[in-house]
Amino acid sequence: MIELPLEAVLFVFLLIVGIVVGRLRNLFGAAMLTGIFSFLSAGLFTLMTAVDVAFTEAAVGAGISTVLFLATLALTDDTEKPSERSWLAIGVVTLTAIALFFGLFDMPGYGDPDAPIHGGVGKHYLEHSWAEIGLPNVVTSVLASYRGYDTFGELAVVFTAGIGVTLLLRSKSAQMGDDKAPIPFRSRAPYVREMPIVRAVAKVMLPFILLFALYVQAHGDFGPGGGFQAGVVFAAGFVLYGLVWGPRALQRVARERFLETGMAVGLLMYGGVGVAALFMGGTFLDYSAFTPEHPQHGQHWGIFLVELGVGLTVSAVMLVIYFVFTARPRSRAERNRQAGSIHPPRLTLPEVPELRASDDEGAP
Amino acid sequence: MTLATHWHYFVVIALMMTGLHLVIARNNYVKKLMGLSIFQVSVIMLYVSMGKVHGGTAPVYVMGENGEPDLGVVYSSPVPHVLMLTAIVVGVATMALGLAIVVRIKETYGTIEDDEVIEKDRQEEEALADR
Repeated sequence: MIELPLEAVLFVFLLIVGIVVGRLRNLFGAAMLTGIFSFLSAGLFTLMTAVDVAFTEAAVGAGISTVLFLATLALTDDTEKPSERSWLAIGVVTLTAIALFFGLFDMPGYGDPDAPIHGGVGKHYLEHSWAEIGLPNVVTSVLASYRGYDTFGELAVVFTAGIGVTLLLRSKSAQMGDDKAPIPFRSRAPYVREMPIVRAVAKVMLPFILLFALYVQAHGDFGPGGGFQAGVVFAAGFVLYGLVWGPRALQRVARERFLETGMAVGLLMYGGVGVAALFMGGTFLDYSAFTPEHPQHGQHWGIFLVELGVGLTVSAVMLVIYFVFTARPRSRAERNRQAGSIHPPRLTLPEVPELRASDDEGAP
Repeated sequence: MTLATHWHYFVVIALMMTGLHLVIARNNYVKKLMGLSIFQVSVIMLYVSMGKVHGGTAPVYVMGENGEPDLGVVYSSPVPHVLMLTAIVVGVATMALGLAIVVRIKETYGTIEDDEVIEKDRQEEEALADR
């Protein structure tokens, strides 16, 4: 049993990192630590045999969310001002902890095979999904077929979040930060794209990252992976390109309009497969209707298309989010402050000119 | 309930409370969101740990010699894995939305500290009332 000590060590590290993230005033440091936090939790998920979850957490935590935190910090402040100690907050947290602790008495033990979660629908999936779907990875079968409605909803949430971020941060003058007048090399620190080692390593890694993303997308039926993971890994590859060569170079490779279309096309593809099943005589997202004589083939096709839609939407949304964060001009905050008012100008109703008697004459 | 079978729940609760405390006690909005993501990971950890079986393997079929999955193998429950996998991706998308709001607050108020934002709102209202 190597798992137990490994789990204990990782859990202790996770707790330490979590507490340090809380205590650190330097938000840049805290943002980097959240990446480590995600990495450690991905390790723990692997030990708990949740390989798909671990995969997603590693890609999201290391590839996307840390970058998003850093992009936010670049637009806001990088140090946190001290908050005064609130005994009320500590009291609330302590009470919640005590309540949760008493809830533990009813929980099944860790790894208990008789726990209620192992009966019911989970048991059905494990025993019958080979006959009903015919894919080795049960997680993919459940994700894309048995619980297809659920995943469709989740994808819609991802899409909506992408739209929301675009509406909030998209600036009309989408000027990238890196086309300022060039500063002589000797009088400043080098940009990342001027460091030969970083460039070389990134250039070597990039094709493999993208190839790997495609592999994850296509191989999700047979092993850990699928649209969500592939989408995030694919986006992370492009984000790496943007980090090294600057967002303007990335914009030339991945056009924003193209990405925004991709966001919608992925979601529509998912929904379209569902509607197609309706037209073929099945219920919504019932892929067996595609090939009634051999339901498993229909399932394979349906899952493949649906996962492709997921991958497309997820990668497009992640990249659009990255784009609008990096394209936001930093100077906007300063300009607003200099304008004096804290609030944007209030809307005042335009004054309506009073109707004169002469206007009424023309009316019937 | 013994420590041997339930110890990981204690760690999960400790993590959850770390996150919760950051969300409710800190003034800095970015820190609040970091607390939220710690909270999220702890909740995911709670669900995933429930799906684990002693001696079980990941829910990807181990193929027997006849090309059919070997049903003698013990697998973890796939249900929490599916639910948490999508929750992670949705979580990062919604967190990006939160961060976008933080950026807008910074641009409007010039600060990302909760107490300063409230103070500026109060001053603005007083100035309006005096007018």
